[in-house]
Amino acid sequence: MSIEKNNLSNLMEKDYTTLNLGPTHPATHGIFQNVLTMDGEIIVKAVPTIGYIHRAFEKLAERRTYSQVTPITDRLNYCSSPINNMGWHMTVEKLIQCDIPKRAEYMRVIIMELSRIADHIVCDTVIAVDTGAMTGFLYLFQWREKIYEIFEEICGARLTTNIGRIGGMERDFPEVAWKKINAFLEEFPAALREFDKLVTRNRIFMDRTVNCGPISGERALEYGFTGPNLRAAGVDYDVRVMNPYSSYQDFDFKIPVGTQGDTFDRYMVRMQEMWESLSIVRQACDKMPKGDFHAEVPDFYLPEKQDVYSKMEALIYHFKIVMGETEIPTGEIYHSVEGGNGELGFYLISDGGRTPYRLHFRRPCYIYYQAYSEMIEGGMLSDAILTMSSMNVIAGELDA
Amino acid sequence: MSELHDKVLSQLQNQFPEAVTFSGDERDFPVFHIEKKNLLEVLKFLKSEMGFQFLTTMCGIHYPDQGENEFVLMYQLHCLPTNERIRLKCMMSKAHLDVPSCTSIFPTANWMEREAFDFYGFRFTGHPDLRRILNMDEMNYHPMRKEYALEDAGRDDKEDKYFGR
Repeated sequence: MSIEKNNLSNLMEKDYTTLNLGPTHPATHGIFQNVLTMDGEIIVKAVPTIGYIHRAFEKLAERRTYSQVTPITDRLNYCSSPINNMGWHMTVEKLIQCDIPKRAEYMRVIIMELSRIADHIVCDTVIAVDTGAMTGFLYLFQWREKIYEIFEEICGARLTTNIGRIGGMERDFPEVAWKKINAFLEEFPAALREFDKLVTRNRIFMDRTVNCGPISGERALEYGFTGPNLRAAGVDYDVRVMNPYSSYQDFDFKIPVGTQGDTFDRYMVRMQEMWESLSIVRQACDKMPKGDFHAEVPDFYLPEKQDVYSKMEALIYHFKIVMGETEIPTGEIYHSVEGGNGELGFYLISDGGRTPYRLHFRRPCYIYYQAYSEMIEGGMLSDAILTMSSMNVIAGELDA
Repeated sequence: MSELHDKVLSQLQNQFPEAVTFSGDERDFPVFHIEKKNLLEVLKFLKSEMGFQFLTTMCGIHYPDQGENEFVLMYQLHCLPTNERIRLKCMMSKAHLDVPSCTSIFPTANWMEREAFDFYGFRFTGHPDLRRILNMDEMNYHPMRKEYALEDAGRDDKEDKYFGR
């Protein structure tokens, strides 16, 4: 009798397994927790938990002067921190209404596009690693290293760069930086082509990624997707084209779009974007205008160190900027840039005080990661890992 | 006033005569202050009739000195085909922090609303899963409110008064 009863209950309800993926799982490349309800190897339900590295940046920013906020932005998407830095500088420049010389804008474009390449290298090679192709990762990652060497020549830092200043760049590119940029432009295409040949049309890679974690264009828009993930779903929204900033209108480039919105399309969009970024860097180097590398805004732009030691005026400005004593206009500003993984927006309210009254970061990761559970439900566990790496979710940006 | 401002304002006033309490052009785009009781239908109207289908971002703001308008919710909408952006604001007092959730109109508002709840304590009615998102569940206050100073309250060397402001 009891045996029959057992059989009946087995038929009535399925036996699901609960699997705790994360918070610190080596395959998720960051601190993400997903509590998965599994039917065998199929994911029935996923409940994400985030916030493990929340550092209260929005609160911190309310106690920091405008120039002190820049290092915070480094730590959002740390795979492409120069873009975040530039986005913040441009937000403040919009608030104080200062025009940046063309040369500084072109320099910024070079830096931003190089960091976009670095960001996409991380994402694309990691997709390959998660399908089992370690070689491509090792081949291409040394080129990310070369980009970091360029940053090092420009600003002295590599990962959390704090590059540029409100009002322009901190200094002109040194000769050695130009040399490294030119060498990169010359040698990187061959490496990227090699990686492309190694991975893209690989049978195993395509079997694993095509139709893995797809999302439709409409659904992606509803979920607030931006950046390569939205473009992979077939919507050609790019902030660089829609609302050009930092002279992007001067450059000729394409916006690659996908059709399926699956892992393979996200990978391909990033691959194509790397080529476009390379072309933008090349155009910016060729057209680099002469002139100053920063605007004449002594109230906001830190004077040169040697002047601070020898000139009274420079010393006063230095003191005022460092202590946050400069008058700043009041107002509300929203400025967005095309970050490594989408529209990175800064919503800034200034009440004229030494610090922002309110600073809200529109973090692309945070907004599109909520679609993750929907995208992996009904798929295999191994596809969930792949979907996550192809969405390029960066924990620092997710948790702010 | 900008063309976009006039267009949206006239449509909204036609449709909801009492919904807009203030409107104007900010430095970047038009801003409309919306009555809380009309908020949901205004968002629905803007999305379905006027093409503002993309909720770019949303966040809370706290003005402790503004009495009845102490807490503000900011919504930023984007019409992608025409590239027009507008900002909506909804004011409320500390005693009435319940807001209708717009997750049924914009699925992306789910986590944005959880964030606003977590940091400011807005209670979104009709939200499918209103829990804290970035802070730990045991936390019993809403840290982005202005009464919670970031630094030690006994410290007075960083006051504005020392710098002439």
